[in-house]
This record gives sequence, structure tokens and C-alpha cells, in this order.
Amino acid sequence: MVTTDKPHYNVIGTRPVRPDGIDKVTGRALYGADISLPGTLHAHVKRSPHAHAIIKKIDTSKAEALPGVKAVVTGADLPTAEDGSRADNSTNVLAGKKALYRGHAIAAVAATSEHIARQAADLIEVEYEVLPPVLDVRDAMRDDAPIIHEALRTTSPKGPGEKPTNVAAHIQFNFGDAETAFASCDAVAEGQFSTKMVHQGYIEPHASAAMWNPDGQLTIWTSTQGSFPVRKDSSDVLGHPISKVKVIPTEIGGGFGGKIPLYLEPVAALLSRKTGRPVKLRMDRSDVFEGTGPTGGTSIKAKLGATKDGKLIAGYADMAYEGGAFPGSSVMLGALAMFAPYDIANVKIDGYDVVVNKPKNQDYRAPGAPAASFAIEQLVDELAEKLGIDPLKMRRMNSSHEGTRGPGGMPFRRIGNEECVEAALSSAHYNAPLEGANRGRGVASGFWFNVGLRSSVNVSIQPDGTVNLIEGNTDIGGTRASLAMQLAETLGIAYEDVKPMVVDTDSVGYNDVTAGSRTTYSTGMATHQAGLNLVAEMKKLLAPKWQVTAEEIEFQYGTFRAGEQSGSFKDVANQIVGPNGAGLTASGSVNAGIIVGGAFGLHIVDVEVDPDTGKTTILRYTAIQDAGTAIHPSYVEGQMQGGAVQGIGWALNEEYYFDETGRMANSSFLDYRMPTTLDVPMIDTIIVEVPNPTHPFGVRGVGEVPIVPPLAAIANAIYRATGVRQRQLPMSPRRILETTRGIE
Amino acid sequence: MPGRTHVAARINGEQTDFLCEPWQSLLEVLRDELDLTGAKEGCNNGNCGGCNVILNGALVNSCCVLGVEVDGAEILTIEGVAQGDHLHPLQRSFLENAALQCGICTPGFIVAAKALLDSEPEADEARIRHWLAGNLCRCTGYDKIVRAVLDAADEMRRAPAAAT
Amino acid sequence: MQDFGYVAPTSLDDAVAVLAKHGESARVLAGGTDIIIQTREGRRSVEMLVDVKSIRETTELTLASDGSLRVGAAVPCARIYSDADIARRFPALIDSSALIGGIQIQSRASLGGNLCNSSPAADTIPTLIALGAVCEIAGPSGRRTIPVEEFCTAPGQNVLKPGELLVALNIPAPAPHSGAAFERFIPRNEMDIAVCNAAASVTLSDDGGTIKLARIAVGAVAPTPLFVKAAGDALAGKPASDSSIDAAAQAATDAARPITDMRGSAGQRKHLAGVLTRRVINTAIARAKGA
Repeated sequence: MVTTDKPHYNVIGTRPVRPDGIDKVTGRALYGADISLPGTLHAHVKRSPHAHAIIKKIDTSKAEALPGVKAVVTGADLPTAEDGSRADNSTNVLAGKKALYRGHAIAAVAATSEHIARQAADLIEVEYEVLPPVLDVRDAMRDDAPIIHEALRTTSPKGPGEKPTNVAAHIQFNFGDAETAFASCDAVAEGQFSTKMVHQGYIEPHASAAMWNPDGQLTIWTSTQGSFPVRKDSSDVLGHPISKVKVIPTEIGGGFGGKIPLYLEPVAALLSRKTGRPVKLRMDRSDVFEGTGPTGGTSIKAKLGATKDGKLIAGYADMAYEGGAFPGSSVMLGALAMFAPYDIANVKIDGYDVVVNKPKNQDYRAPGAPAASFAIEQLVDELAEKLGIDPLKMRRMNSSHEGTRGPGGMPFRRIGNEECVEAALSSAHYNAPLEGANRGRGVASGFWFNVGLRSSVNVSIQPDGTVNLIEGNTDIGGTRASLAMQLAETLGIAYEDVKPMVVDTDSVGYNDVTAGSRTTYSTGMATHQAGLNLVAEMKKLLAPKWQVTAEEIEFQYGTFRAGEQSGSFKDVANQIVGPNGAGLTASGSVNAGIIVGGAFGLHIVDVEVDPDTGKTTILRYTAIQDAGTAIHPSYVEGQMQGGAVQGIGWALNEEYYFDETGRMANSSFLDYRMPTTLDVPMIDTIIVEVPNPTHPFGVRGVGEVPIVPPLAAIANAIYRATGVRQRQLPMSPRRILETTRGIE
Repeated sequence: MPGRTHVAARINGEQTDFLCEPWQSLLEVLRDELDLTGAKEGCNNGNCGGCNVILNGALVNSCCVLGVEVDGAEILTIEGVAQGDHLHPLQRSFLENAALQCGICTPGFIVAAKALLDSEPEADEARIRHWLAGNLCRCTGYDKIVRAVLDAADEMRRAPAAAT
Repeated sequence: MQDFGYVAPTSLDDAVAVLAKHGESARVLAGGTDIIIQTREGRRSVEMLVDVKSIRETTELTLASDGSLRVGAAVPCARIYSDADIARRFPALIDSSALIGGIQIQSRASLGGNLCNSSPAADTIPTLIALGAVCEIAGPSGRRTIPVEEFCTAPGQNVLKPGELLVALNIPAPAPHSGAAFERFIPRNEMDIAVCNAAASVTLSDDGGTIKLARIAVGAVAPTPLFVKAAGDALAGKPASDSSIDAAAQAATDAARPITDMRGSAGQRKHLAGVLTRRVINTAIARAKGA
């Protein structure tokens, strides 16, 4: 661990066992599909076999006649939504006039068993008029491309476009004068890069249950990254008052951004309303691949220029990102992230949000950034090579730092980008020789914003002086622990004396999604604030007992003190709450803003490429990252390791493989090829700690950065091993044979 | 179509009777008929290991076994790995090594690792990685999982009684 | 999952009778790792599954005193590779059976099932072809045998007629100074379907200098696993040299007529047929010399 000066902490920085651990190692934890309610009906969604088709007629009569079937719903059962994204949400949940991608939900059946529901779904007859699909982002931008949404017009700085198009938005950024700067560069590198649609690949398929009571109270149980957004979006899509919707989050089996949107919840709700019984809906794996939101493919033309001594002075990118079947690609975030690791005076970016006949794009861990990094980090490597500069020293020379213009124009506050490069330069890995034929070492930097947004928690003292922490962010990777640790640190008590629990939307104030690397950061801030508020309340109650004013009482490291009088947190709790448990609660709420400080990482990878088969083996991998302050270092390492391996999968093998009709041919874990234990080595980690000035404990979000560098780091390593630059993902054996030996 | 079949098996040491349709997988029987939801469906075609159980001493994907096939069989699921309130060394090791993030794959990994260490207590990293290749995890990058199994193996070798 | 019935006969005669009764709509269940999934996913239409794991002949694994091996069609892969004697005598069989799916799959999946599933990419079929294995089939009109290379007829299709089932595979005793090997290429290191695979068995002269006999098979490059006689012929009577091995590899490449799909491109597969053939011949020769 590389650490700049930080305060002494008692709990932060230790590695306790997570509070929800026992349930998760014994099989008792209840995930989405584990929820079982008395009298439940089981439902199944019928999906479009076509990527682009007009739905002419849906005949549900045969399905409804099947014994055991209780209700069938289609898009016609949803109220008409008016505005853009609300309408898109609704139309994505159950198709309207058109099926926009293969796997688009068309109808759903509730029956006494899932077996019957599936049989009934097969009996629903849908008449389609099949239209030609648009599957490639650049093809979709052509003037003669089939139009997916007749009403869509390009939004751009110049105002809305006039004719139907698949380009939903054209965004532009312009800093300095890139054109002039390129003319004065001594070295320029450029390339055209592309990435394929890839899935988050969480192991738990989506599952939800709903119960719509006759009084209009709707309860939804679901595996989600955001129970509050599910409540809001369900309310919108169903046209039902938000106060009548309660969302109870189950444990969640991975999300990575993919479990933010609605899919099953409103459908289960409609079926429950029709039947008066609880309805459970779950996806199978192919439903997940075809019917949920992966991240779209991209096409990026990029150019980077430097002076002869290696100073980067000009950058340009033309970035086209797939939004899938609806507007909403990650191009804005990709564009903002693209040049963030570097201090470059002159930058110009054109970005395009493009619709295609594929599943609706959703966030996937650092959305937009990995594809941008795949381009820019290879160009930095090429310039370093052209100029004869070590690739890490090239980065050290050009790293963004405090005061550098950050994404969107605002200067960075204190960031740890340079410290990550320094840590890499002095790492054992980078200083170890790499010997042997067909081997290469690559490095790449990565950036992610970290979002803040809104969080609320409640804390209450228990009769024995322990503290309950009530929060509303579902725990995907150990946030119960990281929040409990921050509360324990705030209150000066033991981690074991804090009991965190994730509750439903009626039981705690508003919380935004568990995403954007925000939970340990923002909900941590709310938790800290709640802890301070609790201490203030305790001082007020303690003051008369000690015959001092509350202001005279100091609180530090878990001890209340006023003159000669002192007491530990538990002693004082016992005095003021008492063994009978008179209540004492406090809350904390924050709106931490949108972008709350940059987080950076740098990865080093050694590969060997088999020249006969084109297969790349990862020999050694080191992930370096600025965590601000690592609350629970094991879970910080876990994020770094997990992100790196997800990135390795994206780099080497993962892709949606579509046939010409728009059918995904590899919609199973057999053929989607995510990394297994045998495909990766141990992932070494170096945690850099440059405290984030915007957080009371200096936290930076750590979840997303680590998926950004692997794509380019591996591409750079493959180049060193083979002498061939890689412009397309995945860099599968097939692709390597094509690019190194011309075998197609 | 034929009706439901009576099946009797020993599950986690207990004689268990159930009725099942011929087409119900062992995974469906465990989850839907017996309330043993620790085995998870991640893929339902033998490619993720989330539904691993030990069937007559062999590690299997319960999604690839029919319920009707297990008459007379001995089955261990994740629910049977701990002995009362006494966690198995693998369970403790997963907790102490932070070898789980979302936890959905954890039951499958622990059952698979138990099957390995029961027969090969000396398993090294290479063997563990080979054995666990049929279990997918998307959160951890496997590093801490492999270390957890190595640690548990070490503990079980030093104190074999702890593993019983 | 579609509705179907299940029966577990305890004798071959009973199995044949029930299979004959249900005709095309009946399928045999051994390890189930293909048929259960295919039935669930609607890729095969099945009305009756006939579990053959309660039948003596399909579940026996017998290494005979003459060195030949009889593998009951339902014997799981794990039982084969866990047998030290078999592992020593038939290493190519271990190469194949130890890499089908994960450990969980190997606990159940059988050579017989792999053969009857008749995938062009099956990982045990090239090995069985190279080893000269023979299928033992029972049916309403009695028993018959057929070489493995004649068993598959198209993707998912084979010579079994309604009412017939595969009972066992008979693998002849390896000749003195012989060796065999199997290798597959997959993008990951486990859990993938072969992009291409290959098996070779070679028998060397007593002094080890000449290849007396060779059998080569490649998979995932044609509608069925291919027995490439020309590749074996290219080696027979030749010294075990780079040039003879190159000629055999070229014969395998020439025989390949692959397709492009999500698992690999036609060009990649044709190329790999040569690469893998070269590799398995070299391993087989090394094993023959070591034996």
C-alpha cells in the first residue's frame, strides 16, 4: 500500500468479516429468485424472435385457455407514457408497436407453475412484419440506414435535426485549439478502434415478485441496484402513485450497472393486479443476455499528438456509441473520461449516441470509459514508442493532477493519478525483467469520475450500547461492512458494535442507486453525518447528568469528556438510553453532487501469445489504484481484482456475436466465454491512498476504475509480443490469427 | 403424461421424500419442492457451477441431473456443509479472506471446493484452479477465492477434525 | 422444459423394448449433460427418457487381460480417468475425458453420451477413432458392431435406429511401441466447445525409428468428426520426421471443410487442424517412445 499522510484510524483500514457473511457462506441469504410468498403464481415473458419487426397482432386466446393460466399481459396493459425516457422505459418493459431487438419482451403469462407459464407463452401467437435490422453503429449512421424510431431527431449544439435518423445525439467538446496544435506536433498517432456489445455478466439472473393489493398498495421484491429508482420507475411506467409502491430489495447477485433498470417489476405488478395474487418472474440466462441491457458496441476514431520531448499537446476523438434500441448510449461519459488521465491543452471531441436493433444500452462498470481508454491508451503507447520514451515515464510526464482541467472543464481537486504512475514505476512487477519469446508487457491508465448523489441513513442506539445502522443501498460487494466501519470510526466504537441493515423504500430516506462508485463514498458521508448527529444528541442528554452544557462536552475516539468527567460511548449510552432501551436515533442525509472527485488506476500486464493459435495467456497482472482512503482494504483489493478480470474477459473473448438477422448466437455462459479460474493468474494489487478532500475520511469510490485500463494494457502487451497493434475487441485467438497471420 | 414419481434420498444426512415430475431437475426439486435455495440457478445448462451439489460423493451440477434420478442417493448441498453453528473451515476461510462480494456464486464454490479437499487435501493452486474452472464468479477475479481454498486446505491438513 | 416420461430399465432387453415402443420420441439418458439441456432448451423433442445407468452392460468398465478396454456407454468420464491402470495404458483417452466441461460435468458425462450426441466438436470422438474403437450396439434385431468413425452421420445424427442403443465401446489393446494423444483448441482454458480438436495414435517400429502405423482424426472441421486416413497414410512407413509430420498435418488441413460460426472462423479451424494434428502426432510419438 502506498499512503500519503492520513489520520490515525482505529477501524478504517482493518479487515473485519462482513456482517452478511454467514448467510452468504451457508446458503441462507435470499436473492431475487429465492423469494417465496404464499399463493404465488409464476410467470414467464414471451420475447421477440426478430430484431426489428412491426407487431401486427398478438393473439393470447390459446394461452389463456391452457389450464393453470391465470392472466396474460401485453404492452397494451401499460398506460401510455408521454415523455421520452419514460416512454422508452415503458416500451422496453413490454413492446409497443414494434419489436426493436431480438429478446424484446412482447407479453407475459402468469400461471400456477413456471412450467405451465412457459408452455402458455409458446401458445401466444404474434404476427410480425419483419423489417431489416440495423446492427452496426456506423451502418446505423448512414443516410440510407433503416430507421428504427420514425420520430427520432438528432439533438446537437446546433439544435434538433430535421429528418428521421438513428443518431439520437451529437455532442461536442472543444478545449483550446486542437487543429492548430496538431500542426505543431512532432509526433502524431491515430487509429480507428471498435468494441463489441458486451454484457455485465452477473451470475444471478434478474428475478422479481410483486403483490398488488386491492387497496392499491403495491409491494415489489426485487434484486436491484436501486430500490428507490425501481419505485420511481415502476410508479411512472404503471401510472401508479409513488407513495403506494414499496420496494423490498433482496440480496443481489451482481449488477455492475445492469441491475439499475426495470425489466420484470412492472410486468409482475400488472399480472398481480389482474390475478389478485403474488406473481414471481425470473429470467433464465438467455433472457438475461437477450432481454436486458448490456453495454453497446463502439467505434472510435482517435488522434493524439506530442512534441518531440514527449509532451502531449493535442487530442481528437470521433466517438460513436450504440444506445441499443433506444437513445442512451454511454458516449457522453466516454467522451468526458477519454483524455482525463492526461494534461492536454488542446482537445476536440465529437460524440454520437446511435440507436441500433440490439438490447437497450445500460451502464456497465465505468460506462463509456473502457472503450475510450482502449483507444487513447494505445495511442499514448504508440507515441512513447515513436519518441523512444518509456511508456510509464511518458505517462508521468503528462499525468493530470490537481488543477489540471478535468472532464467538462472544471479543474481537478487533489487526485492520485501521478501517485499511481509513480507506484507503477517503482513496482516489483515493472522492474522485473520479462524474458521469453512471444511475450510482451503492457501498461495503461484509467479514470473514473465517482458520482455522489443522494443518500440517507438512520442510526439508533440499542439498550446494550450497540448501534443499528439502517440504510437503503443494496449491498453488492461488502458495503454493509464499509458503512458500519465508517460509523464505528465516527462513534469510536468497535466494528462489531454496529449492526447494519438494508431496508425497504418505506423504512429509510431516499437513496440513489448502488452504482457510480458512490455507496461507500456518499452513503458513507451520510453515515458519518448520522454518527455526528447521534453524538450531538447524546451530548444534549448527557449534559444535565454531568451538570455541564452540551457545548462543554468533547467527544473524541469514542470518549465523552468534560473537565474531569469522562465516559466511553457505551457508558454514556447506558446512562442516557438505559437498559430498558429508551429510544435515541439520528439520521444523516447528503446530496453529494454529481461528480465528486476523480479516481485513477494503472495496470501492468505480461502476456504470452501463441503464434500458432493466436491465444493470449495472461502471465502476470498488477492493478494499481488510488482509493483515497481504503476503508476495508480486502474489499478494495477485491474490486481491483474483479474489475481487472472482467476487463481481461472483455479484452480477450467476450462479445455479443450476432448473425445477420440480429440473433445473438452465443447467449449462454458456454459460448459467451467469461474468464474462469484457469484463465487468470493471481491479480496483484497496489492500493494508493491520496485522500479525497471532499469526503470526511478521504474515500474515493473504487468499484469502476479497475475495468478501464485492462483493454488497452493487454492490447499494448500483445503489441510488444507480436509487433501488431490491435484495433478491435475482442482480441480473441481468431482475431489475433487474422491480424498477425492473415487467416480469416 | 406419467404422473409424479416418489423419490427417497438422503439429503444433508436426513432421509427425505419428495414427489417430482420426470422433467424436474434436481435443482428445481431442491429449490422449489424442498426449500433448499442455497443452490443457485446461474445458467441452467452446466456452465456456471452455481447449483453444485455432491451426489453420491461426486460433484455435479444439480441443473444437469433429474430429480427422478436420485432415488436412493446421498446428496450434500450447501445447507449441509456447516455442522449446526460450527462453520466448515472453507466457510470461515471465505469470510476471513473476503472471498465473496455479491455472494451468489459462493455456495457453488464452497461445495465444489469441499468435494476437492475431501478427496485431495494436498491440492495446490494449480489443482484448485483446474477443479474450480466449472464455477463462474464475476465479482472477485478469483484471486481471493483461490487463496481462501488454499488457506482452508492448510487448516484442514493441520486439524483434520475441524473439517468433519 | 417439455413434458416427458422417465424410465430406468435394469436390463438391456428391457431398454431395447422400451426404446422400440417409443421409437423416435425416446432418447437414452446416461449422464444427461447434453440431453437434459437440449430437452430443456427445446433443441430435441423427447417424450420418453430411458435411463440406462441401472443396466450392467452399460455401466461396466473392464480392462481385459489382453489389454483391451471395454467402456460401458454410460460410464462417466471421471471413473475412466480416475483409474490408474487405464490412465497409464490409454493416455489419449484421459486427454479427452478429463477436459469435457468442468469437474461437475465429468462426474456424469460419458463417452457413450458424447458419441451419441454426435456433435462435430465432440472431444472424445477423435480419440476413439484414433484408437480404433468399435461401437457395440443393441437393438430389436440383436447386437451389431460398427467402427466409431462410421457412427456419426451429421451434426446431432448417427446410425442408431429407433429401438437401438449404444451399449459399450471396445478399444483394442495398444500395440507395443505405440502412443496416442488428443488435443483441442479453445479460446479459454476450460469450459469451451472445441474450435478444433485432433487425435493421433502411432505405432513405431521396434527401434523407434519408423512409424509403422498411424491413425489421425480431427473434429469441429466438418459435419462429423473426421477420420483422416490420408494423414495416417502420410506417416505410415516413414521416419518420425518433421517432413512426414508436416505431410500428415497438411492432409488434415486438406480434409477439413469447416464453417464459420460464433465459435471460430473457417480459416481459423482449417489452420488449427494442421497445428493440432502436428502437436498430437508429436505427443503420440513421444508417448510411444516412452512406453
